[in-house]
Amino acid sequence: MSKRGPWRGGAALAQQPRAEDSGRPRLTTSAMIASLAAEGQRTSPAPFGRALVEAAKSRPEIVGMTADLSKYTDLHVFAKEYPERFYQMGMAEQLLMLAAAGLAHEGFVPFVTTYAVFASRRTYDFISQGIAEEGLNVKVCCALPGLTTGYGPSHQATEDIAIFRAMPDLTVVDPCDALDIEQATHAIAAHDGPVYMRLLRGNVPLVLDEYDYRFELGQAKLIRDGADVLVVSSGFMTMRALETAKLLAADRVDVAVLHVPTIKPLDEGAILREAGRGGRLVIVAENHSVIGGLGEAVAGTLLRAGVAPRRFGQVALPDAFLDAGALPTLHDRYGISAKAMAETIKRQL
Amino acid sequence: MQGLTKTLANAPSLDDRAWRIRRNALRMGEVQGQGYIAQALGVADVLAVSYFHALNYRPEEPYWEDRDRFLLSIGHYAIALYAALIEAGIVPEAELETYGTDDSRLPMSGMASYTPGMEISGGSLGIGLGIAVGIGLGLKRKSSRSFVYNLMSDGELNEGPTWEAAMSAGHWGLDNLICLVDVNRMQADGPSTSVLNFEPLPAKWEAFGWHAQRVDGNDIATLVRAFDAARQLAEPKPRVVICDTKMAKGVPFLETRDKSHFLRVEQHEWALAIDALDAGRMS
Repeated sequence: MSKRGPWRGGAALAQQPRAEDSGRPRLTTSAMIASLAAEGQRTSPAPFGRALVEAAKSRPEIVGMTADLSKYTDLHVFAKEYPERFYQMGMAEQLLMLAAAGLAHEGFVPFVTTYAVFASRRTYDFISQGIAEEGLNVKVCCALPGLTTGYGPSHQATEDIAIFRAMPDLTVVDPCDALDIEQATHAIAAHDGPVYMRLLRGNVPLVLDEYDYRFELGQAKLIRDGADVLVVSSGFMTMRALETAKLLAADRVDVAVLHVPTIKPLDEGAILREAGRGGRLVIVAENHSVIGGLGEAVAGTLLRAGVAPRRFGQVALPDAFLDAGALPTLHDRYGISAKAMAETIKRQL
Repeated sequence: MQGLTKTLANAPSLDDRAWRIRRNALRMGEVQGQGYIAQALGVADVLAVSYFHALNYRPEEPYWEDRDRFLLSIGHYAIALYAALIEAGIVPEAELETYGTDDSRLPMSGMASYTPGMEISGGSLGIGLGIAVGIGLGLKRKSSRSFVYNLMSDGELNEGPTWEAAMSAGHWGLDNLICLVDVNRMQADGPSTSVLNFEPLPAKWEAFGWHAQRVDGNDIATLVRAFDAARQLAEPKPRVVICDTKMAKGVPFLETRDKSHFLRVEQHEWALAIDALDAGRMS
């Protein structure tokens, strides 16, 4: 028998809805790449592709490369604008990373795209030994980070941050929204060295323009302050944290949000400064497994510095191969929707 | 460099170069008491023809933009490449004494950041050819006329990324890419054909869109012709020279020793090996 236990699909499941899903309509599995935008939410199209086109205008050494996923990573926007600077490498991710290393050897700045699962699980050695060990200027930009597809574990990169955090000399970036992705693209283009960046593509939510925010590589930013809870978050979980803060405000719970879009190198100073302001519950929220991501990075930072918050908790994906299904269902089920996150925080207060 | 070698009166012959590369390698082996010496002796002729007939480079300026790039995918063959780099004047001969010791520029496995003339960090086998594809594409972007060479072992033919790269090089028609495959038929766990059969080799490469030649990798005149043909080919194809070599070539008592991936040589035997190599040179 598989470790998942007996087969649990079909009629049996239909008759026994999961307790945590009670009252929720049964949704259709999300498209391979579904927009995370809620209905009516403001979005911006293809922020990575458009920013890369912009960055490439003054940087002729920038080239784009993909392993048969340009349309699914917004690199097609670059390919259309600069067909002579675009390399379709075929569905060969190992080669993709090595060829990027070769082009970087010759002074070019390759932006390579694929899905996060393939970059992290399939090509780790090629990024490590082909690119990072030599400090080559390659930017690995990957769609479908964490739980952003309903297609199941083959496409859900729930451990990519854990994998890439362990790679020496690699900068790891997890931007939040369209504005963050656009600014981060320019920032990593200007940075000399290998980078792994998580991408959202298509119609990407636009949130951070409402705040006094600007992406700076290596810097955490306090998006909003609050007296009761400090949420330290990366990626789209910062958007969820801001929604959660609004939900909890109705309960008179005051939530601060520290956005940490650069996972490595970690802005330990900002984290220690905010977590050190005593009396607050510290929650680290990430679109990633509880193992090896921002949560454990922050925990280690606090422990090493002797900073003990009132309580520490994680909002993160379980250490498990996750289900297939619709993203709203799955985000609720695994506790990374705003509603689920608000409940988690209230339980710990 | 190629022109230089040919025009200098009394320039060492390619046979001399190969002999000195073998000698340098044996001297390094003696310093360290170990090393992949059987591979180094086997591939010495390929390296002699590469560095003293085919490659365009400036010893005093190892990263000269117009050089031909030579990638050592097989990191553990570093002892062989160091021997060639010393002979080429890129690494000073005195450094030979530091091979494999702390803080040396000549570590046991080749790495780009340690050694002048070492273009990439190989060693994770199967990565060289993919990097060569990227360098080939990059050279074309720059309208460079330089070649990129990738020296790989037959064991690396087991690796999937080698074939991803081979398919890609054919797809892009990389006529500036020359792959050298050292076929010595010995892998870590035994003879290559029993580990994972990779024959028929020329047909495989041709099927991937390459111009393929298979030659005796210890016959210098044959190698020269094969390198010339690879460089002068008009067809827009990547080129492979499959070199059948004999492990420990040039030192008869090691040639006949039971072969393994890591040939054991007793400490007192290194000097004997050098004597045997020199004796072969005299005869």
